[in-house]
Amino acid sequence: MTNDGRLVRILPVATVLAVLLALWYGAALPMNSGLPSFPQGGTLSERFLAAWALERPVLPAPHQIVAALWTATIETPVSSPRSLVFHGTITVSSTLLGFALGAVLGIALAIGIVHSRVLAASLVPWLVASQTIPILAIAPIVVVALGAVGVTGLVPKALISMYLSFFPVAIGMVKGLTSPEPMLLDLMRTYSAGRLQTLLRLRLPAALPYLFASLKVAVAISLVGAIVGELPTGGSAGIGARLLSGSYYGQTIQIWAALFAAAIIAAILVQCVALSERLTARAMGARP
Amino acid sequence: MDEGMTIPGETVSTKAARVVDIAGLSLVFETGDGPVHALSNVDLAVEAGEFVSFIGPSGCGKTTLLRVIADLEQPTGGHLAVNGMSAEQARRARQYGYVFQAPALYPWRTIARNVTLPLEVFRLPKAEREERARRYLDLVGLKDFAGKYPWQLSGGMQQRASIARALSFEPKLLLMDEPFGALDEIVRDNLNLQLLRLWDRTQKTVLFVTHSIPEAVFLSTRIVVMSPRPGRIIDVIACDFPRDRTLDIRETPEFLKVAHRVREGLRAGHSYDE
Repeated sequence: MTNDGRLVRILPVATVLAVLLALWYGAALPMNSGLPSFPQGGTLSERFLAAWALERPVLPAPHQIVAALWTATIETPVSSPRSLVFHGTITVSSTLLGFALGAVLGIALAIGIVHSRVLAASLVPWLVASQTIPILAIAPIVVVALGAVGVTGLVPKALISMYLSFFPVAIGMVKGLTSPEPMLLDLMRTYSAGRLQTLLRLRLPAALPYLFASLKVAVAISLVGAIVGELPTGGSAGIGARLLSGSYYGQTIQIWAALFAAAIIAAILVQCVALSERLTARAMGARP
Repeated sequence: MDEGMTIPGETVSTKAARVVDIAGLSLVFETGDGPVHALSNVDLAVEAGEFVSFIGPSGCGKTTLLRVIADLEQPTGGHLAVNGMSAEQARRARQYGYVFQAPALYPWRTIARNVTLPLEVFRLPKAEREERARRYLDLVGLKDFAGKYPWQLSGGMQQRASIARALSFEPKLLLMDEPFGALDEIVRDNLNLQLLRLWDRTQKTVLFVTHSIPEAVFLSTRIVVMSPRPGRIIDVIACDFPRDRTLDIRETPEFLKVAHRVREGLRAGHSYDE
């Protein structure tokens, strides 16, 4: 029974994965055969094997990326600039700092917007406008401007992450803080409860499910923000720097390995938020 | 509407004992389709210890009247005093406990912590809060469910928890808005009986909105019959069964007579839109 259930869950995912891998391996030959370094002649199977083993392919084969990931994480010392753990740690640090700042800013803005009509009217259009500016345009300005006043390293990248991540938190929290039905708010009114009491005992707990939904989005785009923030620094450290240096030197396998590392980090971060969501829900007596 | 009607202001007791004093009260909602007269020229005086039911069809303003007394709606005209204060002062002084149509429990709080919610708002010490939660959950027969969450309880138990919550800060006045409307007949009978015992024991004043004629007649010392468009009082019926009445009285001719009069009143109110 449980085995059947597991099979039912895994089978669709595994099928899609198998199809993707087949397409990927299949595409490697036409993508890579145009390269000057590609050996001429040979049978079809020889040509495929060659396409999957190039040092600088246009499209690396999946096993090459996995091997590069393995080398860059397990077989390389963490202190080495070739280690993806080294770069990943740097990126994750600014991601988490930016995520925390963004979450606090988003929650604070939402509380302000919910409680003050003036703030709602004056802030909301600016918040929306802030998200229409491409982050790729803002990021170099932030990094360069802060660099000019001597602020470098973690903080500029974290600010870019914050700039991206506060928005979903603010939007989700406004919705969450206004989610209690009128009867629950009336109840607080019959107790002559003030705004702070109503916020602490009703609005905030009611908003938590909305907050966690927003935090999952926020943590993922915080990572994007941190990586984008690493591009204009000229490739010193971080996943973004690794992507940049890979493209400078045509190291496609390195680029793909960094991309996969970013994806894996994003998945772990989102899962961490999901886990704290489950723990919170359990502590708050949610129906299992 | 007939000779038995209590004329407001004619009651004999002194003003000091008057829990609710309403004269010429009206409430007009301005809507896109023109004004809606939710309450029109309502007069009513409720003495301490009374159990007054409000009955009438939807839109007759019975819930609105209760909400005005609770300072959840603002009247547009007339006089209203609760314990000799304005409705807002009475609300600020936490003079009444309000029970809504739905249990309105906070889903993230256990039953005990739902009961202590008002006590937390009033900043009572923790030991006192816990003691009162125990006492009032025991009173409504939910002693063994203190640590459960609302979703783990049936609708009737949830509504009992919400009554315990309204009682927990020991208000002398209970405002109840169709608290048993969503429950089945058997649960409702049982809760009616429990509520009656509680009222008898604690000498509280209860204002009780309902749709059900038997419920109104069984519970009340007075029944206020209301009619819609405009929302107004069309009859006030005294209901002098003993305070320790049991469910059996519902079979007696006296009970049926009062029920009949309530029904007549409701019918008279209805004839306006037919």
